[in-house]
Amino acid sequence: MKRRINRARSGKQRVLVTPEGIALPVTVAGRGARVGALILDLLIIVMLIIGTSIALMQVAGGAAQIAQAVDGKGAGAQVLQFLIVVWIVAMFLLRNAYFLYFELGPRGATPGKRMTGIRIAARDGGRLTAEMVIARNLLRDIEMFLPIPLIAMAGPDNGMAWLAAAGWLAIFLLFPLFNRDALRAGDVIAGSWVLERPKQKLEAAMTTSEAPVAERFQFRFEEHELAVYGEFELQALERVLREDRTDAVETVYQTIAEKIGRNDGWGAERRFLSDYYTQLRARLEAGMRMGRRKADKHSGG
Amino acid sequence: MNAISNAAIESAALRSDRFRLEREADWQRLENIVVRMEKGRLRGISDEDLLALPGLYRTVASSLSIARETSLDAATLGYLESLVQRAWFVVYGPRSSLWEWLRGFLGGGWSRAVRGIGFEIGIALLVMVAGAVVGWLLVSHDPEWYFALMGREMAGERVPGASADALRGTIFGNTEKTGMSIFAAQLFSNNAQVSILAFALGFALGIPSLLLLVHNLAGLGAMGWVYWKAGLLLDFAGWISIHGTTELFAILLSGAAGLHVGRAIAFPGNRPVLTATAEAGRRAAVVMVGVVLMLVVAALLEGFARQLVDQTPARLAVGGFMLLAWSAYFFAYRGRAGR
Repeated sequence: MKRRINRARSGKQRVLVTPEGIALPVTVAGRGARVGALILDLLIIVMLIIGTSIALMQVAGGAAQIAQAVDGKGAGAQVLQFLIVVWIVAMFLLRNAYFLYFELGPRGATPGKRMTGIRIAARDGGRLTAEMVIARNLLRDIEMFLPIPLIAMAGPDNGMAWLAAAGWLAIFLLFPLFNRDALRAGDVIAGSWVLERPKQKLEAAMTTSEAPVAERFQFRFEEHELAVYGEFELQALERVLREDRTDAVETVYQTIAEKIGRNDGWGAERRFLSDYYTQLRARLEAGMRMGRRKADKHSGG
Repeated sequence: MNAISNAAIESAALRSDRFRLEREADWQRLENIVVRMEKGRLRGISDEDLLALPGLYRTVASSLSIARETSLDAATLGYLESLVQRAWFVVYGPRSSLWEWLRGFLGGGWSRAVRGIGFEIGIALLVMVAGAVVGWLLVSHDPEWYFALMGREMAGERVPGASADALRGTIFGNTEKTGMSIFAAQLFSNNAQVSILAFALGFALGIPSLLLLVHNLAGLGAMGWVYWKAGLLLDFAGWISIHGTTELFAILLSGAAGLHVGRAIAFPGNRPVLTATAEAGRRAAVVMVGVVLMLVVAALLEGFARQLVDQTPARLAVGGFMLLAWSAYFFAYRGRAGR
């Protein structure tokens, strides 16, 4: 257990403890994936803004024509007014509610995040609450929506203002680079973080066989032949058997056969290895139940 | 399905693989539910499955704990770890619907959060009063300050030295004006953005939030001086109060929310900084949702009620009522106890 946690401390692997007290290994989302997700989301927002504006303008054009045809003003003017109000509110919502809406959904991710395979979660292992999502997204205002228009407005020729806005943007953009969990300012405020969405298929069980119990093993191994290897080698062997590539199987067969001093497996290398795997695993798992674990070939037990 | 798996279970050589084959059906069922939820197809999930989800999650989580202690099948362990994580995302993901959340929010969550930042509200109120006083004093010293605080386009006809009639014209008799709904929407969008900014700037220890409050209120103080010079202070107060008690209250709350976060970063107390900040951030976020709602109300009052109510006493009554109503809701209303 200790070894597992130590290994998890390195790189992007973290251990998260659920409310049930189960330690789950999770992977912090890479910065590249997050930038990609943000760019995708911004593209979607811009497209939505353009789309809404065009649609409303079409409607407004129609309304103006009707207004002219009917009586010149009055009802048509009111429709126009209403459309402008809709436009203002829609712009406000697209800027502020886009992220909120999607991150509050059951998937906890915006379309951009979904496409890059990441999502947000509570840092303490508990429920991701609406308050967290709101807090982390309100901060976007000073991280992005405030400085970017400022930079655009000032322009590079307006020296100081441009520099100040760009510096501001840089501080918040680079914020995730300077902490272990790649938290942006909004994550700090909310107590959230962005994790990779894991995906792993269930592989077939390794030790099933149709044969009757007596003929199950073609090769039987002695205690001293099994004692040389530990869990690390067992898992390496599992990978080789699952991948089932002829050259790898042969290499591993030779290594193991040499180590334990047997050479009766010629021509049936795969069978030799799978029998060895099953018996080694049986031995190690029996040891586990007794509280003995053998991490690899160098450790005793 | 059952017959096949029974045969498979018996054919497994190892106890750990038999353990796995016995439980595989549960894992697959959980995975199916999780996959559908991840794809957002909530409607495709039967009620039975939805009810079973928390139970299945616990079953699979306990399978993982047992497997870690008894099995050396790396692929199965990896699968279980990823499945439990995905199910954890779903089970502990944001689940309360927006309406459910809104009910809890209005039914006590909001006022509790506002009371939670009471200390910062006090400070922000002091800062706002000081800002208004500073604005007043600056302009009374040198009227040129007025344009530094307000900006020339914003000021319009309301300039120092304007005649009392002109000033009276800016606060009475706009009942015929059209386009008020556009004005209200713009006002809301603008004010909401400013208050979100005041909150977000709390991240910089709250100091910019305070500066923003001072700046906003200094302008108000300066305007107050202009109307005072023309002997219209009470009418000006009435004109402002109809939406101002709500809007200024909202701005006060957003500044206080920013300050609350800034204070947690600067003085986390005994807790780790990240924990303290996250706690303060979540409370402040609740306040901020309320601020946006208040600004909607303020925009409606400013866009419509002010034009309809054209007399100072009535305006003061509406503004005073709003102030009283907000204060009662925040500080007297306790909502559902225990939540």
